[in-house]
Amino acid sequence: MAEIKKIATREAYGAALVEMGNKRDDFIVMDADLAAATKSGAFKKAFPERFYDCGIAEQNMMSIAAGIAATGKRVVVSSFAMFAAGRAFEQVRNSIGYPHLNVIIGATHAGISVGEDGATHQCCEDIALMRTIPGMTIINPADYTEAVKAVEAAFEHDGPVYMRFGRLAVPVVFDEDYKFEIGKGVELKEGNDVTIIATGLMVNEALEAHEILKAEGINARVINIATIKPLDTEIILKAAKETGTIVTAEEHSVIGGLGSAVSEYLSEACPVPVLKVGVKDTFGKSGPAAELLDVFGLRAKDIVAKVKEAVALKK
Amino acid sequence: MVETKKNELKKIACEIRMGIIEGVHGAKSGHPGGSLSIADLLAYLYFEKMNIDPKMPKAAGRDRLVLSKGHAAPALYSVLANRGYFDVAELKNLRHTDSMLQGHPDMKNIPGVDMSSGSLGQGVSCAVGMALSAKHFGDKYRVYTILGDGECEEGQVWEAAMFAAHKKLSNLTVFVDYNGLQIDGAIDEVNNPAPFDKKFEAFGFNVITIDGHDFDQIEKAVADAQKVTDRPTAIIMNTVKGKGVSYMENQCGWHGQAPNDELYEVAMKELKEQLAAL
Repeated sequence: MAEIKKIATREAYGAALVEMGNKRDDFIVMDADLAAATKSGAFKKAFPERFYDCGIAEQNMMSIAAGIAATGKRVVVSSFAMFAAGRAFEQVRNSIGYPHLNVIIGATHAGISVGEDGATHQCCEDIALMRTIPGMTIINPADYTEAVKAVEAAFEHDGPVYMRFGRLAVPVVFDEDYKFEIGKGVELKEGNDVTIIATGLMVNEALEAHEILKAEGINARVINIATIKPLDTEIILKAAKETGTIVTAEEHSVIGGLGSAVSEYLSEACPVPVLKVGVKDTFGKSGPAAELLDVFGLRAKDIVAKVKEAVALKK
Repeated sequence: MVETKKNELKKIACEIRMGIIEGVHGAKSGHPGGSLSIADLLAYLYFEKMNIDPKMPKAAGRDRLVLSKGHAAPALYSVLANRGYFDVAELKNLRHTDSMLQGHPDMKNIPGVDMSSGSLGQGVSCAVGMALSAKHFGDKYRVYTILGDGECEEGQVWEAAMFAAHKKLSNLTVFVDYNGLQIDGAIDEVNNPAPFDKKFEAFGFNVITIDGHDFDQIEKAVADAQKVTDRPTAIIMNTVKGKGVSYMENQCGWHGQAPNDELYEVAMKELKEQLAAL
């Protein structure tokens, strides 16, 4: 097997912004003193006159973005997930969300895989926060390819979009032919014993889990949900009906994220067991990202174990 | 300003004040004090200064106003209605369940509202964003925003000020409605945000201090702000909270309280008398 290419989705974010910059000049990109880390710096380098640094003032940046969008222009704002969704939550809600403005929020360094910076910077609650804002679209791409296509789609979308990117280099799982559509989940592996619904970097882990389970005689369907809101309920309902039990996998708190979204939907539409792989109700800690994924139970083996629980519940 | 023009604006300000009282009385809630204190400024901006057309509330090239102190929505709605954006009769439906007139400005549903606002400190940043957009894309419109004095206790106000001055947003004019009172008491007793002039100067603004109820001073300050090309302007307006209604003037209690039927009649009688005297 050829060596798998690994690259962080934040790199895709920067590259996609440059690509969009080449195509159109009707938008502004902003950052809050983290351009080098969020990779909006790639856009800054390519189009310095179209980039504005707000300095370390994320709340101001969100409301400024709302003002720009209110004049009919597009705007992209970048920061770490902790500060975009967390610190500036109320600005995102009231300045951007309430008037339903065309602001793309590029939130990088999401989840536990921030690594060494530790708990203060490891945002595992951003999806939960953003999900509560009416009209907010939330996209959590699985790899480089999907991240680039998601940025392109966000520029055509009407309304605010929260985009979640990671710091850690992760395997590229999709090829260039991969079709991305906001609000659409994708079945990556067939299977009728159980369904693994994964998002972000957990999609690759889910694909690995699929292979491990197959060797043990369990056929697990694997669905990639990049758009957590609006949720593709059609593909989830079909999976619940056909496989009878679900395991969700996300690099986010088990409170309020993908697992919650799937549970909330299925508890009304088609109650089946929904078991969650994610960050338990706990803060993160410092360490190399790859080690933290082991420590916090965000690996293929953790999905495998949870799938076995789910299958047992089904019987 | 010529006397006929000034007299006309005074009449309009009186009409705006009556609309404010109609609104908060109809709502049985709302914020009359800080609405009455900015009625004169709004009369000048919407009837004399701003490049706007009520028939085209979303025109791309229009001047914009963000009411950062969004709780003064009764004043904004009243000036918009009196200017012809919608029927003045709608004002009495303020805050009613089936009315478009939300407790705080809603740009999606109210003609003439340029930005949703109400969570203090955010509107001024939105205005900065509009001014930045205009500069960046080469648009010629001006952006006005009105801050409450108490609102300046929000840290975001100063984040916005820092950015606006740093980016030399000379197309932005920030008004501070310095009426001296906030919900919990006098601003210099609660958590004094003054001095406003020195603070805005230190942040890099052109600063002008005026009597916010004097049309000559308002006109001159707004015109002088427009002459400055290398930085934004802050106009500190000394105002009277509750201006125009005797029992509300300088009374903290009328920040967020509606008059009962009896006091409504008193207020309307006073304002009608003021109008008749002009």
